[in-house]
Order: sequence, then structure tokens, then C-alpha cells
Amino acid sequence: MKTNHNKATTLAVRLPRCPTGIQGLDEITGGGLPRGRPTLVCGGAGCGKTLLAAEFLVRGAVQFGEPGVFMAFEETEAELKANVASLGFDLTGLVRRKKIAIDYVHVERSELQECGEYDLEGLFVRLNHAIDSIGAKRVVLDTLEALFASLPNEAILRAELRRLFRWLKDKGVTAVITAERGREQFTRTGLEEYVSDCVILLDHRVYDQIATRHLRVVKYRGALHGTNEFPFLIGAEGISVLPITSLGLNHKISSERIATGIARLDAMLGGRGFFRGSSILLTGTPGTGKTIVAANFAQAACRRGERALFFSFEESPNQIIRNLHSIGLRLEPLVKRDLLRFHSARPSLYGLEMHLATMFKEIARFRPHVVVVDPITSLMDAGTDSESKAMVTRLIDYLKGGQVTSLFTSLTQGGHALQQSEMAMSSLMDSWLLLQDFEGNGERNRVLYVLKARGMAHSNQIREFLISDRGIDLVDAYIGPSGVLTGAARVAQTAREKAEALAGQQEAARRQRELKRKRAALEQQISGLRSEHEASAEELRQIDEQVGTQTRLLSTERTELGRLRQADVLEAARPPGTSKSKNGNS
Amino acid sequence: MKPKKARPRSSSSLPRPPKLWQLRLYVTDSTLNSVAAFSNLKTFCEGHLKGRYRITVIDLVKQPHLAKGDQILAIPTVVRQLPKPVRTIIGNLSNTEHMLVGLDLRPAEARMV
Repeated sequence: MKTNHNKATTLAVRLPRCPTGIQGLDEITGGGLPRGRPTLVCGGAGCGKTLLAAEFLVRGAVQFGEPGVFMAFEETEAELKANVASLGFDLTGLVRRKKIAIDYVHVERSELQECGEYDLEGLFVRLNHAIDSIGAKRVVLDTLEALFASLPNEAILRAELRRLFRWLKDKGVTAVITAERGREQFTRTGLEEYVSDCVILLDHRVYDQIATRHLRVVKYRGALHGTNEFPFLIGAEGISVLPITSLGLNHKISSERIATGIARLDAMLGGRGFFRGSSILLTGTPGTGKTIVAANFAQAACRRGERALFFSFEESPNQIIRNLHSIGLRLEPLVKRDLLRFHSARPSLYGLEMHLATMFKEIARFRPHVVVVDPITSLMDAGTDSESKAMVTRLIDYLKGGQVTSLFTSLTQGGHALQQSEMAMSSLMDSWLLLQDFEGNGERNRVLYVLKARGMAHSNQIREFLISDRGIDLVDAYIGPSGVLTGAARVAQTAREKAEALAGQQEAARRQRELKRKRAALEQQISGLRSEHEASAEELRQIDEQVGTQTRLLSTERTELGRLRQADVLEAARPPGTSKSKNGNS
Repeated sequence: MKPKKARPRSSSSLPRPPKLWQLRLYVTDSTLNSVAAFSNLKTFCEGHLKGRYRITVIDLVKQPHLAKGDQILAIPTVVRQLPKPVRTIIGNLSNTEHMLVGLDLRPAEARMV
């Protein structure tokens, strides 16, 4: 009766979901499988159908308190237990605690003789008995199609299957039916004809020798669902469907800034570093110091007491620690305090999706504030272009969703700094730093500049990037008429300027000295002239004196003469003083 | 192809099968096929195995747990438990020829079928 109303109610009411507990699958399906309805899971051999079904059941029993029945048509109970034990599922214990019932259905066609009409009521009875014995809410039929090989009369079988699915719905159990993938249809025997509520397709593709599993929700009646193909993996903790791409761009945004660990770089970024939760791309040719910048960034985070996760796809953790030690970066204590964690793997170890899944898992476990991926390019080589871009997008989305600041280093080939893949990637990034080599004068120097930094004022200048045993330093590159000078050329230019300045100083001093000398000479001359002047003044005075004496002598003589000649006339004309001076002189 | 393998055994048992035949008939309630199967089986045994057979009828509606043991899917199902090997016939047993083949009573025809 439930089924009769379904069509009418789907439009108005959201279908109740039955959470699978499988990582990611519930997100894609918007909460789980349709509750109380059968779901068809189809795929080729080795796709993980049985595991998906088993996990659905186990998680239902363990996490959601919904016991389940596993009806196995291919594997025996013992085989099944052993197989899922590898995923850490204790099926034996669950069976003992009556959380799960396993029924192995097996019919040997060669031992079977058909004689007249029959139905599959026996299957119904068994299923019903198993469900009722543990109060099951979930049912798995794995792989129902095996019946087609066991029973001779397909017409009866099809009729009975149709009845079975109806019966399952009426029973109100959420069922997962697995089926082999067919060539032209979803399943080899056309089971999708009977199960029309939800169809999930599993796929296992090999690209470039690396196999990746994919999951796609082909159909989900009456519900919005992600129709994309989602990669999934079977790991040690079961299936995880990936990812969980955020379908919109609605991350929480922080205006908090975090330091890069290089003071000068912070200065270039408006003095305060990057935004928290932003993504940073650091491109550079080989040997430009990408890892060092990245490690500085991680170390700065650790110093603030934050956790940093370093994904390395080129070097082992110990190698990184040793190498950075040589420039004065001591990461070991941070690792010991569990502020910094390394995760190293060769890119070719497994497919892109597996990498991504591992990264997600690590991030979810460690909950870092800062993530470094060094380098993202070698990881991208593990997949096709579109795949890798999708992967980076998902990774960035995931990190941004968690307000994790991420730094991706990217290796470019010498010569052309911007490659196609980077062009594609850069649009996803908030900031882009470029490390470059400058060749000339028989040496190679590193320069750094900020190519873009969304939402912050940043320096447009090229800085020379120096690595010494004391760490990183950024210095102003010399920008002169002959272009940007770095390294020895910069030093030489500075020296030349210094020499010029020195020469100028010396010249000035020389001229000063000369002027002084000239002045001294002049002064000497002046004093010579002065003494000459004084000498002539003296001479003049002497002459004066001489003249005076002579005049007196003359007048005295004349008076004497007059006195002697008795010249009275001249008496009156004689000056009064004359007689006195005559007295005085005499 | 299968009967070929079974022939030597059945031919030895053909002249006079000495043992008692134990047959189990699985039914559900009193559905049409179940009722028909029981009466067909009875008639068949009276005709071919008179005095040497015993039929146990198991109603799975009442004893559902017994279905698992004999791997019962189809209803009705007859399982020949003795003589060995175990043979299974599914259906309402309306075809006597098929019954003979299924129970290894007529190997010659079995090959033709």
C-alpha cells in the first residue's frame, strides 16, 4: 500500500533517507539511500559492490542501530566474513549479537530437475524468516542475478523477482541489490527494470596503469543528487566516496592575516602576510627554493602554536628536515611536539584519487591550520589534465571549507615560467608567488615576486631571494638603467657606487686643501705687504723727524746770527715759543 | 551430460533398489502448487516405489528455519535424501517423465531429455 502512494507523495514530501554511513555517499545522495526501498548497485567484477553492500549493512547495524540481513548468492558465510574482515568489520561478532543475519543461498543447477510449475516462495520464506529473526531494517541481496544461472525457467524467475522487489517495499526494509554490469544496460539481466528508485553504478577504470574506482548515482527517484562520477576508494576503514566537493562557493571567509615566516615577504604583502584560509601558489623553476619557502611558512604556523601538515611528493620527511637544518630551520622539535606532520608518498604510488583520499583522511585526522603540498605538479602528473584540475579544485574547496590556509608549490620548467597547467591552477589560487632564476655574469640568482594577491595591497617589486645558513632573506634587487641586477652584479654595482662616492669625497678634500694653501699664501703675501707698509711708515716718520731737527737747527742758527748782527727788526717777528725752545734746546 | 555420470550407480540400483526412499517435500501453506505437488508425488511414488518410500512434508510457513538447510528457493521442492546422492526436483511434479529423470529412475530417457 505504501508503494501505491509513493508517486503522489514524492513531489510534496522529501523521501526519507536511510544513511549508509559510508563516507561521502550520504553527501552525494543527500542523506542516504531511499528508506524502505530497494537500491540497485551495479558494476563490473571487482568494483566493490559486495563491499559497499556489506558496509551499508555493518554501518547500519553498528552506527544506526538497524540490524540487517545479508543474503549472499555468491559467497559463503565464511568467505564473506573473511572478506569484510579485511575492512575491519567484525561480521562474526555482529552475527552472534544478532545484529546481522547471513543467509547463503546456493543452488546447483546440475542437481536440480524442473518438473512443472513452481515459484520462489522458498526465497521469500527464508528472507522473511531472516528479517523477522533479528528485526532487520536493511537487506542486502548479493548478487541476485546468480539465480539466473541456477534456475532454468527465466520467465518464472523474472516474475518472481518483480514480486520480490514489491515484497521488499511492502516489508519496509531498505534493500541493496547488487548486480553485474551489462553491456548495454546497467545490469546483465535487466534488473533495473524492477528496481526503479535508486540505481548506483560502480566502475573501475585504468588510466595510465593506475586504476581508479568511480561511483555514480544514475538515478534517484524523487530526489536531487550529485550526478557526477565520484571517485571512491576501498581503504582500511571501508569505502570512502570522494569527495565531498562543495557544490557552491560559500566558504566562510576570514580577514585574519597570518605571517609567512619571512618578514620581508610579509612586508611585500601589505605588511601582514596572507589571509587565513586562502590558497597560495608558489611557482618556481627547479632549485629556486620553493620547499624552503614552504617550510618557513609551515614553521611560522607552528611557532604560532598552530598545526601544519606537510605533504611531500618528492622528498622523505627526514630528508626535508635534514636539508632545512642546513639553512637554520629546525623542524625536528616541531615534529616531536606534533605541531608539524609530514606525509610523504611517491606520486606514482597510486592514482590521483587515492592520493586525494589519503590527503583528506590525513587532514581530517590531524586538523591542521596550514597545509603545504610540495609540489602539487608532480601529483598532477599522476592524472590527466582535467582530472588533476578537478582534484586541485576539490582539495582547495575542502581546505577552504575548513579555513585551512594552503600553500602549493609548483615546479615549472626553466625558460617559460608559466605553464598551461599553472594557468589553469592559478585561477583557483588567491595568491601567487613566483620564484625565478636570474642568470648572468656567470651566476644564477633567485628572485621572488608577488604575481597576485587577492584582496590585499602588495608590492610590485622584485626582491632578491637569498638563502644562507641563517635562513631566508629578501633584499632589494638593484634596479638601474641596465635593468635588474642581482647577486654579484648587484654587489658590484653597489661597490662601484661606493667607489664613485669615495672618489668624489677625495676630490673635494683635495680642492679644499688647495684652497687652504692658496689662502695661506695670500695671507703670507698680505703680512709681507703689511710689514713693508709698516717699514715705509717708519721711514716716513724718520724723515719727518729729520726735517724737524734740521729746521730747528736752522732757526737757532739764524737767531744766533741775528743776535750777533743785533737785528732788532727781526725780534718782533720771532715766535714766542722760539725763544723758549731756544732755551730748551740749548 | 550429468546423467551419464550418474548412470553406473543408478543402473546398479535399478534392478531392485533395496533401500527405503526418503523424500522431503517442501511446501508453503496450501497453495495450489503445494497441494498439487503433494498429490502428484504420492501418485508417482505409489506407481514407482510402492512400499519403499517415505514422504516428509515440511511446511515452510510453519518452519521457515528449515529452508536454509536444503537450500530451498523454489516451492514446491522435493529432495531425495535417500538413496544418495541427494536429488532435487522443483515444481508441482506434474510431469511424470521429468520425475523419473529427476529421481534417477529412468536413466535411458534422461539422456534423451
